[in-house]
Amino acid sequence: MNKRLKTLTKGITDVSPLMIPVVPFGIIFGVIGVELGLSPYMTFGMSVIIFGGASQIVLLQLFSGGASSLVAITSVGAVNSRHLLYGAVFSEYLSHLKLSWKVILSYVLIDQAFAVSNTYFKKNKENEFKHYHLLGAGFTCWTVWQISTILGIFLGSVVPEELGLSFTISLTFLALLINDFRKFKNIIVMLVSGMVATIGYNAIPFQAYIIVAALSALLVATLLTLINLKKK
Amino acid sequence: MHWSTIIYCGIITYLTRFSMIFLLKEDILNDKAKKVLSYVPSAIFPAIIFPPIFLDSAGSLDFESNPKILATVFAIIIGFFSRSIIATIFAGLISYWFLIFVYYQ
Repeated sequence: MNKRLKTLTKGITDVSPLMIPVVPFGIIFGVIGVELGLSPYMTFGMSVIIFGGASQIVLLQLFSGGASSLVAITSVGAVNSRHLLYGAVFSEYLSHLKLSWKVILSYVLIDQAFAVSNTYFKKNKENEFKHYHLLGAGFTCWTVWQISTILGIFLGSVVPEELGLSFTISLTFLALLINDFRKFKNIIVMLVSGMVATIGYNAIPFQAYIIVAALSALLVATLLTLINLKKK
Repeated sequence: MHWSTIIYCGIITYLTRFSMIFLLKEDILNDKAKKVLSYVPSAIFPAIIFPPIFLDSAGSLDFESNPKILATVFAIIIGFFSRSIIATIFAGLISYWFLIFVYYQ
């Protein structure tokens, strides 16, 4: 088999198991978007234009709370700031590529694709077509996300509101943190963020509670990191 | 919601992914910066999780007969032991439905 196709296929198969939780997440996004009164086109448009599950749900939540677009855009930027880390880690593997490759691969550099391609890149540094792995993994995520959004949009018009599906927003984000439940410092950071947001929900103007809570918690995270480094 | 908001959000999201790949020749973020960035989910997601659970529709704290708190505790326990995203979501949702449709009826 052609090496490019082989690497591409490896990317697709590596990321596939991680797609299992993405499907309900996408469906939840579609359902809630429609229940909040967004048009199906707009809900689907968000999945194509933004393509970042967590930030799309944040945007929906802020929209239903009546936040201004400036606050909404800033919050989305804050939620997605973790991608800076992914880009920085991948720069050494992708810096030799043509601009067109960088433009395309950046669009699909999401959590799941980063996770599997990072593992692959570390082990296959000498493969000159290793970026095809990220291409395969990324566009698999993209396809699954778009299809689940569409499923959710259709379900959203049939699912009764009494089921309280908006609670799944909290549950979904909680589920994304399960790997950090055993880390003491992460739990401190989580509690700071959650408490500042809950107390600040009414007190902080313009629905900026997510940004304020996140910055407070990141400050605590920075302090915890500095203390830890001093000990070493 | 306006299309322009969605497009700006798309641009800013894209830039968080593209900027580092475009600007850096090699990985220059030091370990300290990486460690702090790795806390971003823990720092942001609870700000999304907590308010809808603890606040009622009027925006005041609601600790009494709040099915969301109990369902969340149950989801955390399941998540802690199973480490499964799907199990966590369904444990929370099913216990929530049990509480609102059976227990509190």
